[in-house]
Amino acid sequence: MIDLSINFAGIKSPNPFWLASAPPTNSGYQIMKAFDTGWGGAVWKTLGVPVVNVSSRYGSVNYRGTKMMGFNNIELITDRPLADNLREIEEVKKYFPDHAVIASLMVESRAEWEQIIKDVENAGADGIELNFGCPHGMCERGMGSAVGQEPEVLKTIVGWVKEAANIPVITKLSPNISHITDPGLAAVQGGTDSISLINTIKSIVGIDLDSYAPYPIVDGKGTNGGYCGPAVKPIAMHMLKDLAQHPEIGKVPLSGIGGIETWRDVVEFILLGATSVQVCTAVMHYGFGIVREMEAGLRQFMEEKNYQTIYDFAGKALPNVTEWKHLNLKHKVVAEINADKCIGCDLCYIACDDGAHQAIALSDDPAIRIPSIIEANCVGCNLCSLVCPVEDCITMVKRDDGKENVTWYERTENDDIPVTFDDDRAGGKGHFVPTPQDALKHRK
Amino acid sequence: MAEYKRPTTKEEFDKNFKQKKPLMNDTEAYYEASRCLFCYDAPCVQACPTHIDIPLFIKQIHTDNVTGASKTIFAANWLGNACGVVCPTGVLCEGACVYNHQDVPPIQIGRLQNYATNTTISEDKVIFKAGKSNGKKAAVLGSGPAGIAFASEARTMGYEVDIYEAKSLPSGLNVHGVAPYKITNEEVLSEIEYLQKHLGFNIKYNSAIDSKEQIKKLEHNYDAIFLGVGLGNTRTLGLEGEDKANVVGAVEFIEELRKKQHKMKVPQKVVVLGGGNTAMDAASESARMGAKKVVLAYRNSKEKMGAYGFEYDLAISAGVDSLFHVTPLEIVGNGKVEGVKFAKTEIVEGKLKTNMKNTFVVRCDLVIKATGQAKMGRLFKLIDNLDIDNRTVIKVNAETFQTSNPKYFAGGDAINGGAEVVNAAYDGKMAARGMHNYLNK
Ligand SMILES: Cc1cc2nc3c(=O)[nH]c(=O)nc-3n(C[C@H](O)[C@H](O)[C@H](O)COP(=O)(O)OP(=O)(O)OC[C@H]3O[C@@H](n4cnc5c(N)ncnc54)[C@H](O)[C@@H]3O)c2cc1C
Ligand SMILES: Cc1cc2nc3c(=O)[nH]c(=O)nc-3n(C[C@H](O)[C@H](O)[C@H](O)COP(=O)(O)O)c2cc1C
Ligand code: SF4
Ligand code: SF4
Ligand code: SF4
Repeated sequence: MIDLSINFAGIKSPNPFWLASAPPTNSGYQIMKAFDTGWGGAVWKTLGVPVVNVSSRYGSVNYRGTKMMGFNNIELITDRPLADNLREIEEVKKYFPDHAVIASLMVESRAEWEQIIKDVENAGADGIELNFGCPHGMCERGMGSAVGQEPEVLKTIVGWVKEAANIPVITKLSPNISHITDPGLAAVQGGTDSISLINTIKSIVGIDLDSYAPYPIVDGKGTNGGYCGPAVKPIAMHMLKDLAQHPEIGKVPLSGIGGIETWRDVVEFILLGATSVQVCTAVMHYGFGIVREMEAGLRQFMEEKNYQTIYDFAGKALPNVTEWKHLNLKHKVVAEINADKCIGCDLCYIACDDGAHQAIALSDDPAIRIPSIIEANCVGCNLCSLVCPVEDCITMVKRDDGKENVTWYERTENDDIPVTFDDDRAGGKGHFVPTPQDALKHRK
Repeated sequence: MAEYKRPTTKEEFDKNFKQKKPLMNDTEAYYEASRCLFCYDAPCVQACPTHIDIPLFIKQIHTDNVTGASKTIFAANWLGNACGVVCPTGVLCEGACVYNHQDVPPIQIGRLQNYATNTTISEDKVIFKAGKSNGKKAAVLGSGPAGIAFASEARTMGYEVDIYEAKSLPSGLNVHGVAPYKITNEEVLSEIEYLQKHLGFNIKYNSAIDSKEQIKKLEHNYDAIFLGVGLGNTRTLGLEGEDKANVVGAVEFIEELRKKQHKMKVPQKVVVLGGGNTAMDAASESARMGAKKVVLAYRNSKEKMGAYGFEYDLAISAGVDSLFHVTPLEIVGNGKVEGVKFAKTEIVEGKLKTNMKNTFVVRCDLVIKATGQAKMGRLFKLIDNLDIDNRTVIKVNAETFQTSNPKYFAGGDAINGGAEVVNAAYDGKMAARGMHNYLNK
């Protein structure tokens, strides 16, 4: 029997699917609807002293036929009075006592923190999330990412909160820093029970070519917004991995956020150490119903791999994410084209010839458009297999016998690395490159 | 049959002749364009007779530079808008699209091309202009696709261009021949109007050139002459009874249809003779005009027909019946056609033979002969030293399109004996360049 339930730093939830603090968690109506659809938890839209928002709030990056590959917003925290939110938290908890309701908070003074923590605890919240991430508007007022970017300040505030709170505390980190471990460690040292990441990334998604203003445009002007959606997933996963592998930070539960939309995204975040996931953009794009695809896919994966709970595979990819210097320099793959599948677009040819290692040849017969790999020139970079539009048409096949394993680290230890500009040990020495004039052959 | 009601209004006509490749809207164009792979040395470009840079213009559509897309298209093909919908794309660019190899529908190149150019034409965007006058003059015979392409290209190089056109409308068979469900008269004419407005060539209508005197005058007044006269009327078959009323040539029938549209009356029972694309069109069009029974009669097998398979399928889907291995012997009737007497044909020792013992009559009240157009031999004879081949088409140099008489260049149906609009567009463009090189030698 698969059991999807989690206990995240003391916050219990029927499954790891949580709504991130954002417009989908603006009201009790939305959260009840989400729970009814299958979400296990929700982080309430950040509470604090209510704000005033602007009209025209979101911008997006579309790619080819895909809308909202990246999404940005210039919205602030909740603009609804605290009392309304507290009443609705209470109501949601009445109907869904076993679901996780987490109150996201952002205030300034210690007194305000203490007051608002008491208020949400009284309303029945299961946990608190500290929003140290919002990269626009709030940070100009000394909150949000202004805190997230100052580890010392962050540590102090987490300390205040921990002293006041009786329920578990999640610290939400901003990615707008150089090393995510700096605020991560500060949060842990401040006593946080867990960490969630990432909040949005400072961004400009586009400029209008008539008004010369950035999107979203507010009466002829714009400001930097917070970037999220599928485009940020790789950045989020990398930061998650940095925290999960850290000897101290890795001990607290981590909630993964950033570009999660499908079951596969969920599994990847869990493999990198997350034990709950939070979603915003995908819900803003498709509605709460996407959780059904996530849950079905997660269950299918667990069934096939024979896992009972998500803890059975949480962090399983971490040992395989290593430093470059520990990669095996003797590993060798080359590209192989399946001529039966090839449609002759010749994208692999031009990608390799212009963008890689001139290891793909076209036929001399113009009627034959299926290219061929020149194995001796192929460095196994993968580029062709990435550009090929046909499923499984170009595969990278292993050519080494697997017996040797030599890493950069070991070679450094053995004084066997290139050290001068013309060192004979240069990796590309002797590797085929055409003569520069070959580029102009077509002119003849 | 009777799948189509006889159209009595313009609306009903338009409904029966619904566009096969309707204009794309912005959303459809955006998503369709997003599918293009931007192939290297793309096979679709190679398959286009005018070599339009297809991946480039599709990417331009996708990146919201529709005007740039039109520039790319017109730079290669002055009839880019019409070609998008009249070209047999399934055997040209779209047939070569790499997607076909994985059974994924090919990119709808023709409709994207038509979308881009249609947008630019309806917005009347300026995307090209005439070159600085070079003081030289060129005359063009015929304002069909070949003539228009020649004139447009020559104008960009600064030539003054006068087109002499026998009829009262420009664009030749594009408006008088192509089936109405491929393109409307309005769309054909708006492209020519757009080109004429921005490039400034002159068209002299109702000005057939058909005498030695006129030829001499042109030769005197112009530095070069382009022959874009196409083909002539339907040739006679020499059948008994061919002179009866309601025995018409396909080209004449279609021209009348395109001009009169719903005001034309097509009788109830129609026999179409022939197996080429024109026969398919005439049969399809008769059915769409509300004829109760349309029979396509071809002397050989279905496989031997010159028509594209998709054109035959289109006729069948319009409700046309077909008879294979039959040859007409006589048109029967009393002053007016009442039927066609056929004999069966058979292959004997690899040769097609008529079996006179097996004859029968198909009743009808209209016979459409789609058995080929006559050539312009009479006109060609008026020009000194103009070499003609045994099919009575003008011989030209394959690169320069210059004829044996160096003052003359030629292109389109007049040199290929009848092909497509796109071929005429290519010939006209190349001939203008050929003329330019020749006059500047
Ligand atoms: C029934 C039919 C359907 C067709 N359908 C298609 C189709 O779907 N798609 C496609 O791509 N192609 C189609 N074609 C072919 C296409 O229309 C022709 O290949 C193309 O129009 C040829 O262009 P052109 O300029 O060479 O000749 P034309 O289009 O024939 O133009 C010649 C012009 O010259 C004028 N002219 C002739 N003699 C003289 C003279 N002595 N003096 C002055 N003017 C003269 C004529 O009036 C005419 O306007 C079709 C053809 C026919 C007959
Ligand atoms: C419109 C919008 C408003 C947001 N508001 C908040 C907020 O009030 N508090 C917060 O912690 N995060 C906020 N976020 C950040 C999200 O919770 C989340 O961290 C981020 O969008 C990345 O997840 P995603 O890629 O699934 O969207 C907001 C995001 C968006 C798009
Ligand atoms: S793997 Fe890289 S080097 Fe090898 S053929 Fe492909 S693109 Fe070229
Ligand atoms: S990219 Fe793939 S489909 Fe295209 S030519 Fe190369 S192998 Fe064939
Ligand atoms: S062959 Fe098809 S996919 Fe490739 S460039 Fe042409 S239209 Fe695009």
